[in-house]
Amino acid sequence: MKKTAFILFLSVFFFVLSTASGWAADNEPYKIGAIVAVTGNASFLGDPQRNTLEMVVDIINEEGGINGRPVELVLYDTESNASRAVTLARRLITRDNVLAVVGPSTSGESMAVIPVVNRAEVPMIAFGASTRIAEPVEERKWVFKVVPGDDLAIRLKYDYMKRNGIDKIAIATASTDYGISGRQHMRELAPEYDIDIVFDDTYGPGETDLTALLTRIRGTEAQAIINWSIGRTQIVITRNWKQLGMTIPLYQSYGFGSARNIEMAEGAAEGVIVPVSRIVIADLIADDDPHAPVVKRYKRLYEERFNEGVSVFGGHAWDAMFQLRDALAEVGPNRSAIREYMENISGFVGNNSIFNRSPQDHVGLDMDAYVMVKVKDGDWAIIDE
Amino acid sequence: MFDTILSGQIIQYLFTGLTIGAIYALTALGFNIIHNVTGIINFAQGDFVVWGGLLMVMFARFFGFPLPVAFFSVVGVMVFIGAFIYYFNIRPIKKPSILTMIMVTIAVSIILQGVAMFIWGKEPYALPSFIEGPPVYVYGAYIMRQSFWVLGISVAMVLFLTFFFNRTLIGKAMRACADDPGAAGLVGISTPLMICAAFMLGSALGAVGGAVITPITLMEYDRGAMIAIKGFGSAILGGLGSFSGAVIAGFMLGILESFATGFVSSAYKDAISLVLILGVLFTKPEGLFGSGANKKA
Repeated sequence: MKKTAFILFLSVFFFVLSTASGWAADNEPYKIGAIVAVTGNASFLGDPQRNTLEMVVDIINEEGGINGRPVELVLYDTESNASRAVTLARRLITRDNVLAVVGPSTSGESMAVIPVVNRAEVPMIAFGASTRIAEPVEERKWVFKVVPGDDLAIRLKYDYMKRNGIDKIAIATASTDYGISGRQHMRELAPEYDIDIVFDDTYGPGETDLTALLTRIRGTEAQAIINWSIGRTQIVITRNWKQLGMTIPLYQSYGFGSARNIEMAEGAAEGVIVPVSRIVIADLIADDDPHAPVVKRYKRLYEERFNEGVSVFGGHAWDAMFQLRDALAEVGPNRSAIREYMENISGFVGNNSIFNRSPQDHVGLDMDAYVMVKVKDGDWAIIDE
Repeated sequence: MFDTILSGQIIQYLFTGLTIGAIYALTALGFNIIHNVTGIINFAQGDFVVWGGLLMVMFARFFGFPLPVAFFSVVGVMVFIGAFIYYFNIRPIKKPSILTMIMVTIAVSIILQGVAMFIWGKEPYALPSFIEGPPVYVYGAYIMRQSFWVLGISVAMVLFLTFFFNRTLIGKAMRACADDPGAAGLVGISTPLMICAAFMLGSALGAVGGAVITPITLMEYDRGAMIAIKGFGSAILGGLGSFSGAVIAGFMLGILESFATGFVSSAYKDAISLVLILGVLFTKPEGLFGSGANKKA
């Protein structure tokens, strides 16, 4: 009895194996691994990224896959935890045998995963914002980035200031990773643009009143203020700036790029200048803008499917997935060929502007990744010229 | 030129400090009221402030109540919540030792914070000033109109409490319980009732603070702990149990923080005030204005 069962089991086993391998030869899906922070304190990044990745995979498969082969997404949640991200990256590479990895969501997680993919020689497209993720490029052979760095947003601001005759500025930054990175880049780039930082102070992320700090700025020669923070403090400083009746312009970091911030500032945000990604102002982009088809399509599809506003962070996932699709269509399922394709990608139009990578630059974006906007009548308005 | 800028700055810091100090003072008073009657430190005091602010936003913005109606509704709801906390959390304790009561108030704080997160979410909420208008310009400083409301209502609360504890029967009865619960019981004062009254008063006081400060600082669900620490610090500085001490210490702490932000850096603001509190606890545990009578605390 036992023997019969065993033979039966064996025959079923071999039958499955033979059909599976026969199917694999011509229709095995391309496996792409994703590690994003779906839960935890970075879930505001990972949640729209998860949604977008699933949506893009569905789009690709509905269009008939890549060279007739479907794409399979293996997605794990890092829980916003860097050491978990490392474990999951290893699992994707060794157990799931994926062709490439997209994610992780935060800069910290991305940095932690870099040694893993470099050693295993698997291409990774990270969603973190820190410039260090793609630099120095010699140590980032297998790592690519789709997010424009802080430096580009700051360059755009400095460039705009110079053209408007501003050369003395005050900077206020939150004492968080985000604020520290912004402060560092602002200080590094200022000499290049002949901009003099006449006031530089940091404040805690829980600050509820910044009038004292702004009062000190009033006592300096600063012609503009740059604030670099996310969360409540960027609203507090905006309200205090208006309440103190300050006349010098207030520039915010790209973290201010959400309609909810304008709403919470209750009119105080009028005149605030912000560099934002195009996806934030998708409706304002002219139809002849080269980005218009991508950005508008993403916004429409996302909002139809998930019934919530599209975010900048999901846009990174869109760009990474479509770059991988192009790579696979061109070079097929070969990790080092994919890496090479990613490194030389040029003219790729994504939510984060047009990518032109090179062996010296694994991001491939320039200042054009951001658009300067001003808050006007409770909405964004593109600053022309 | 330099002098006018400097004097303008000093007035600015002074008003910023007085405004936030008023909230510390109200929170410290809330600590004192409950401490005087029950002998415990109510760690949920900061959450009363948060709830006051968030309820005010809910009534004034989402329900569209006129401001005075919204304000008194907030006070009413919080008086009810104070009584609720007493009846369902404090009263059922069989052996009310100080330690268990304190643990219960910590639990209440966590519950209030959690419920607030469920009702209002994690995002901050804004509220317009009670009277809209540009800031008032005084000798080189811009003072927000809401600051006058904060200061005015705080002074009114202090006057009300002075009157309440010195002139009304229930106020005197609460003081009697604070002085000697046994003797108070002998003359027919119901101690449990007085404790309940203390919780109602304490939570209403916190809510008033939250309602008036929200137009300036915004409010979100997890702000309670920091407010409680600063308020508790003020209560300690002023000598636990002393009302006038709490008010003076609250304003002092606010002004100190504001000047620290103005002349040093906002990054060190909290550190400076916490070091001061620790320093006082080490060197003069009865508080700056504390008398020998409060030493038992």
